[in-house]
Amino acid sequence: MKFVDEFRNGDLAKRLAASITREADTGRAYHVMEFCGGHTHAIFRYGVQDLMPANVQFVHGPGCPVCVLPIGRIDNAIELAERHGATVCTYGDMMRVPASERRSLIKAKAAGADIRMVYSIRDAMRIAREEPQREVVFFAIGFETTTPPTAVAVRDAQAEGLRNFSVFCNHVLTPPAIQSIMQTPDVREHGTVAIDGFLGPAHVSAVIGSRPYEPFAAEYKRPVVIAGFEPLDVMQATLMVIRQLNEQRHEVENEYVRVVTREGNLKAQALVAEVFELRESFEWRGLGEVPSSALRIKDAYSEFDAEKRFALGTRKVRDAKSCECPSILRGAKKPTDCKLFGTVCTPESPIGSCMVSSEGACAAYWTYGRFRQSGDGTQRHKEAAA
Amino acid sequence: MTIMTRFSSRLDVRSGAVDMTHGAGGRATAQLISELFVQHFDNPILALGNDQATFDVPAGRLVMSTDGHVISPLFFPGGDIGSLAVHGTLNDVAMSGARPLYLSAGFIIEEGFPLADLARIAASMATAAREAGVPIVTGDTKVVEKGKGDGVFITTTGIGVVPDGVDISGDKAQPGDAIICSGSIGEHGVAILSKRANLEFETEICSDTAALHGLVADMVSAVPAIHCLRDPTRGGVATTLNELAQQSKVGMRIVEKAIGLKPEVHAACELLGLDPLYVANEGKLIAICAAEDAPLLIEAMRAHPLGREAGIIGSVIADANGFVQMETEFGGSRIVDWLTGEQLPRIC
Repeated sequence: MKFVDEFRNGDLAKRLAASITREADTGRAYHVMEFCGGHTHAIFRYGVQDLMPANVQFVHGPGCPVCVLPIGRIDNAIELAERHGATVCTYGDMMRVPASERRSLIKAKAAGADIRMVYSIRDAMRIAREEPQREVVFFAIGFETTTPPTAVAVRDAQAEGLRNFSVFCNHVLTPPAIQSIMQTPDVREHGTVAIDGFLGPAHVSAVIGSRPYEPFAAEYKRPVVIAGFEPLDVMQATLMVIRQLNEQRHEVENEYVRVVTREGNLKAQALVAEVFELRESFEWRGLGEVPSSALRIKDAYSEFDAEKRFALGTRKVRDAKSCECPSILRGAKKPTDCKLFGTVCTPESPIGSCMVSSEGACAAYWTYGRFRQSGDGTQRHKEAAA
Repeated sequence: MTIMTRFSSRLDVRSGAVDMTHGAGGRATAQLISELFVQHFDNPILALGNDQATFDVPAGRLVMSTDGHVISPLFFPGGDIGSLAVHGTLNDVAMSGARPLYLSAGFIIEEGFPLADLARIAASMATAAREAGVPIVTGDTKVVEKGKGDGVFITTTGIGVVPDGVDISGDKAQPGDAIICSGSIGEHGVAILSKRANLEFETEICSDTAALHGLVADMVSAVPAIHCLRDPTRGGVATTLNELAQQSKVGMRIVEKAIGLKPEVHAACELLGLDPLYVANEGKLIAICAAEDAPLLIEAMRAHPLGREAGIIGSVIADANGFVQMETEFGGSRIVDWLTGEQLPRIC
């Protein structure tokens, strides 16, 4: 397929792999955090790690919107359907994410709540139009990529007078999250998380541009290379990170020039600014409260804000005890360091959010870790059974 | 004993709808069966009007399989629930190497379902059964209240007989065996998705729904010692290979480049964030045989219209953990694991 196959070319991959092996200094390790779930997905799906020399390792970051949503917000969504009788429309990924008391949207649906899987916010608006007697709430999640469509929908809903439609807004921002990772004590003080450089977001950067990462790269002295989601993008950007590290540079570079500019998509940014404003703080699973890291709907559009419309309270719910998702999301621990991994927490019955989404580090390790260390995996199963 | 009089007016197939009387077992049920199902399915055993079918069976091992069909939408490019209900069960019977003999069909119809649609589905089943040479000899009709079904559900059961000397089973794959796929993958699933109410997109892709027993007959006559056969329906090729690997306690290594994928299917999967390996097929099969038998088997498959693009997609390896690995076109390798839940589009 044109414009896709070119970025999955095996011969080019071999050449890039050879360059990386040649240029990576064998006297040191390179820990490169790919922020986005899209990168994690490409690394696993195309077997990119196999092509890397042993001293170049990917650390899987928190860029999976499903994984970082705190339990309390999923409880809120269930509450919308069960207590307020709303029709909650959600992306399929959210359905199985564990809420409090081992519940989830899919279990609430089975128990009779009106929860529907949609592919876009437009589907939720259509349902609201077709079923005017229902209160229809779209469970909006995602980084800067999914925010502009939500902004357009809210604006359209107001223009159209779609009174039975609202948005439960959980949109979060990427730059504060990256910053938060570098500020966590285990990164700053103990130095246990070795993150030498970052592969910067692809689609997110198409919207916000490459400029927002510049203060970060300068302050924390870490290279950031914005990378597309195709496997050759990931490899090329990794080579660019290695070169910066070898030359002791820490700049924002852009591998994804076919889509990303320094300024980003100004029209989309203006739309987002028209409909949303910054929250002072927002809870992230794994990162805790992160200041100025999320958006809420402005007062001018408050009738479409489900939080206000249904007076939803903020619920703080602790993650399951001994679930290491928080450390895993920060790159401080590997899934295999978690006691629950592969024993009580599996993709069929996830405890932590990293096990739910296929982009989550635990789910990815479950597949690959099981294979790579199948001896160890077997051992764990035996321990669990014992 | 009463003699049934003729029905005062014919079933209004053009604008009528199914109502609760059609499932009550009285005259309306009898009329629906005789004017719609019996007329379309048209065979002497069904026409007898008994509650069961009686027939002679040839000597040998009998095979039996049943399959419920609850597909939405009911009509899709390349087929409908009727043809699917016939092909699905015929194929399950055929995957034992058997020649299918007879089918049964049970209908659960939702009150209010248009008779015109029901007639269209019955006609499609009749055509599929006729083309396959396997009659629908017994059946059942139930009507449920509106809101308690989704249009129509169809359960079909098939029986068949396995030729002597053929012993095909999912637990027979051995390290060194060749894994063969009969053609390109993912067409049925993508055709269905393209017509889902909230996801309509324009595509020329048609479902590959087809009865595979003719292809299987040619295959077992060329290579009676086929080890495994399975049609990769729900869950796609990936799920089928994982099932076979687990049953046979072996691993598998497939080669992405060798797996046929039409450009339209590839494009639709890219767009929707789906992995075609997990997308359903309804007219393809996976065969596993000794490596030395593979050339002969492929030759036989390619001579049949439904196996023209058959080829080796990988091989069976020794692995007690039952992993399915794939050499990616990119040059790396990955695990093709069991799917957890439903395959969902990625959102970012």
